[in-house]
Amino acid sequence: MDTAYFIETIIKIVVLLLVFSALAGFGTYFERKVLAFMQRRLGPMHVGPYGLLQIAADGIKLFTKEDIVPQNVVGPIFKIAPVITAATAFMAAAAIPFMPSFTIFGYEVHPIISDINVGILYILGVMAIGLYGPLLGGMASANKWSLISAARAASVFISYEVVSGLSLLAPIMMVGSLSLIDFNNYQTGGVGSWMIWSQPVAFILFLIAAFAETGRTPFHLIANDHEIIDGFGTEYSGMRWGLFFIGEYANMFFISFVIALIFLGGFGDGSVGGALALLGKVSFIFFFFLWTRAAWPDVRPDQLMWLCWKVLMPIAVINIVITGIVIMF
Amino acid sequence: MTNSVAKPLIYQFDSAMFIKMMGDMPLVSLDSEDLLDAVSFLRNEMAFSFLLDITAVDNLDMSHPAPTRFELLYLFRHDEFEKTLALKVAVDDPEVGVESIVALYDVADWLEREVWDQYGVVFQGHPMLKRILNHNEFVGHPLRKDYEITKGQYCTQTQDMMDELQPLMDAKGLDQERDELMILNLGPSHPASHGTIRTLVALDGETIKAGASEIGYLHRGFEKSCENHNYNQIIPYTDRLNYCSALMNNIAFAKTVEDMMGITLPDRGIFIRVILSELSRVIDHLVCLAAGLLDMGAQTNYWYLFNPRNDAYDFLSKLTGARLTNSYMRIGGMTHDLYDGWRGDLYDILHKVDVGIAQTLKMIEHNRIYQDRIQDVSPVTAEQAKAYGFTGPNLRASGVPYDLRFTSPYYYYDHFDFDMVVGSVGDTHDRMMVRFEEMLQSMRVIRQAAVAIPGGEYNVSDHGIIMPPKAAVYNTIEGAMNQFKLVYEGVKVPKGEHYGAFEAANGELGFYIVSDGSGTPYKVKVRAPSFVHMAAYPKIIEEYQVADAIMTLGSLNIIAGEMDR
Repeated sequence: MDTAYFIETIIKIVVLLLVFSALAGFGTYFERKVLAFMQRRLGPMHVGPYGLLQIAADGIKLFTKEDIVPQNVVGPIFKIAPVITAATAFMAAAAIPFMPSFTIFGYEVHPIISDINVGILYILGVMAIGLYGPLLGGMASANKWSLISAARAASVFISYEVVSGLSLLAPIMMVGSLSLIDFNNYQTGGVGSWMIWSQPVAFILFLIAAFAETGRTPFHLIANDHEIIDGFGTEYSGMRWGLFFIGEYANMFFISFVIALIFLGGFGDGSVGGALALLGKVSFIFFFFLWTRAAWPDVRPDQLMWLCWKVLMPIAVINIVITGIVIMF
Repeated sequence: MTNSVAKPLIYQFDSAMFIKMMGDMPLVSLDSEDLLDAVSFLRNEMAFSFLLDITAVDNLDMSHPAPTRFELLYLFRHDEFEKTLALKVAVDDPEVGVESIVALYDVADWLEREVWDQYGVVFQGHPMLKRILNHNEFVGHPLRKDYEITKGQYCTQTQDMMDELQPLMDAKGLDQERDELMILNLGPSHPASHGTIRTLVALDGETIKAGASEIGYLHRGFEKSCENHNYNQIIPYTDRLNYCSALMNNIAFAKTVEDMMGITLPDRGIFIRVILSELSRVIDHLVCLAAGLLDMGAQTNYWYLFNPRNDAYDFLSKLTGARLTNSYMRIGGMTHDLYDGWRGDLYDILHKVDVGIAQTLKMIEHNRIYQDRIQDVSPVTAEQAKAYGFTGPNLRASGVPYDLRFTSPYYYYDHFDFDMVVGSVGDTHDRMMVRFEEMLQSMRVIRQAAVAIPGGEYNVSDHGIIMPPKAAVYNTIEGAMNQFKLVYEGVKVPKGEHYGAFEAANGELGFYIVSDGSGTPYKVKVRAPSFVHMAAYPKIIEEYQVADAIMTLGSLNIIAGEMDR
C-alpha cells in the first residue's frame, strides 16, 4: 500500500466518475437520436449543431431546477434514495476492467479500480443493492404511483437477480474464476474462443436479465410513464431526479461492459485493437438496448414474473446441470 | 306501414299512441305508469335490444301547448338494427319522475343520470342518481329553459367518489382494511387517460377489484349553447365533440338538419362528404391506434401512424383552412368546393397511410408481447356490448355486425364496394384490430368515391339555406336579402323533431333536434358514443390490471370532447 497506488486509485476513481457521468449524458443524446432515426424524425436539433449541446442544456436545467421535497414524504429517505442508485451503479464499476493495461511514462496502469478475485460476485451484489434506490424512493414519496413502482422494482430486481446469477454460474464453472480479467484471458484465442459460442443459452439469459435489471423496454415497468406516471421518480425534481437518470444510464454502460467481457471476448489479447474492439462491442450492446426499445412494446408485470420464474429460471438451472455434466466428462 | 313497427306495442298498452314518424322512426307516446312494462315488452318481446338514448324536452318556452312541462324521450333500436322506435313519456311532476329502466338496460344508468343532472327529472329506483356532467356542487338544472345561459357557478370542492366505489366493494364482499386494498385515482390527469377522465379504482396488488368513473371535466354546455345559436353557428361547436374526426361531426349535424328540412345535396356535395368523412374515420382510428400502441410502449408505431395523419391534416388544412377544427360544412352543403389538384394530394395521403399501416402491422402483428398484452383483456361479449349500448368499432369487435353504413345506408354507401369489419371476442385485441381493418375499408371507399365523384353543383341551390355567392350579395337586392336573413335569423328549420344517426368513427353519433320553426334549435341532444362506452369502462376493467385498464381505455377510444359535451 504505497502512496503511488493510493494516488493512482484516486485518479482512476475520479476519471471513472467523470467519464461515465458524461457518458450518461451522452447516452441520453445517443438514445434520442437513435430512436429518432428509427422513428423517422430528427430528435434534438435546436441546441447546438445537430442538437449536440442538448446534453449541456439538460445538465444545466437539472442542476438549476428547484429541488422540491414535497410535504408528507419521509425526508431523509426521500433524499438519500437517488444517491443510492447512482452510487451503487458506480461502485459496481470498481471491478470492471475497462481496458487492457497500458504503460504511460513508464508506469503500468491497470484500468480497473480493484481486481478483486470475486469480481463478478461483487458486481452482481452491488448492482443488487441498487434496488434500494427505487424501492426507498418509491416508498418514501407518499405517492401511490411511486408505491406501485417500488413494489414492481422489488419484485423485478429480486427475481432477475436469480436469473442473472444462475445464468452466469455456468460460464463461471468453465472459467473457474470470478475475476473479469480471468474471464477475458480465457477468451484470448480469437472470435472462436468467445464464451458466447460455448454458452449461448447463458448469454441470452443474462442479456434478458440485463434488460430487466436496467429497466429497459420490453421490461420498462418500474418507471413506465404510460401506466404509473414516472413511478418512483414522480415526486422528484431537479438533480435528485437526475441522479436516478445517471444511475440508470451508468448501469446500462456497465452492464454492457460486463456482457462484452464475459461473453464477447472482452479486450482480447490486450492490444490497442483489442481495446477498440471492446469499445465497439460495448457500443453495440448499448445500441442494442435502444434498438429493442424502438422495436418492441412493454410486457406486463405479471408476464415479467411468469417469464422469470417459469421460463428463464428453469432454463438457467438446466443449463448449469448440462454444463456440469459436460465439464465432468 | 306508418306504424307497423310500433303496432305490437300499441296493441299491448292502452296508453301507447302512435304520434308520427320522425324520419323513419315511429314516435309513440306513453303514460309514465306504463313505462317500465312497455320498455320491458319492447326489449323482451319485440327485440329492441339497443337503448340508444334517453333525453328530456323542457316545454316551458314551446309555442304550441304541451301536456306537461317535461317530456322524456327514449330511443330504441331493434336487434336486427334496421328498425328504430322512440317513446315519448309525459312527466307530470319532475320531482316524482318516472321509473328507472336500469334493470333492463345497463346503459340507462348514465343516461338517466344525465337527464336528472340536466333537467331535474327523477328516475325512481335508480341505484345512484347523482350529477354526472355538471359539478357535484352545482345548483339547479342547466338545460331547463328557465336556467339563464349566462348564470355561471363557481364550484371548487372535488368529490371523493367513495359513495360510488364503496357499494361496488361491498357487493363483492371486499373491505378496504381487511383485504388491504389500495384506493387509487386513475386520472383525471394521468398520462394515459387520453383526456381528463377520472377513474377511482380499488387495487389488490395491481389488480383492479372495483372501479368508478367520474366524467364531466370537459363539460362546456354544448347543448345549452346550441339552444342559443342558429344552426350554422353550431357547426364549429360540433367540431369540438370528437375533435379527432371533427369533419364527421360537422357532416352528421348538417345531415340531420338537412333531413329535418327534407333537402338533399347534389351528388358532388354528397361525394365530398363521403370522402371527407371516411378520411376522418381513418384519421380517428390512426390517433386511437397510435396512442394505444404508445400506451404499451410500442413507441415507433406512434410515428409510423401519426406521420400519415399529419399529412392528412395538411390536406384538410389546404382544403378547409384549419387542421383540427375544420367547420367546413354548412346546412345545405359546404363552404366551398374541392381545390384543384385535390385528387393527387388525396392519393398521396392514402398511399402514406397504407405504408404506415403495413409497417405498423409488420412490427406488431406477430409480436408475442403485443399479442399477450391485449388478447383476452377486458372482453365484452355480444350480449354485454348491446346492454352497454356499444356502437361502432367497439360493438363490431364483439362480433355484432352493426354498421349504419350497411344497415341503413345513406349517402350512396350501399353502392360502394367495401366490407364490414367484425371481430370475434371483443377483447382489446379485437377492438384494435377492427380499427386497423376499418381504415383499409374506409380507404377503399375513398378511392371509389374519388373516381366516381361527379362535377357540377355541390350545394343546394336554395339561397334561403346556403349563402349566395359574394358577387350576388354585393350586386343584387335578392342576394343581399338572402345574406341578411341567413346571418340574422339563420336557416329556418320546419317545426318538429328528428333523430339523425350517423356512423361516426367511434360509433353511432346521433343528433336529436327539436325545432320550433325558428332559426335556432329548441333543443339539441347529442347521442355521443364515447359517453356510453365510458359508462361500461369501469365495469369491464374489473379483475384486470392497471396496465390492462390503460390499454382498454385506449382501445375504447374515449374522446372526452364528445363524452362530456
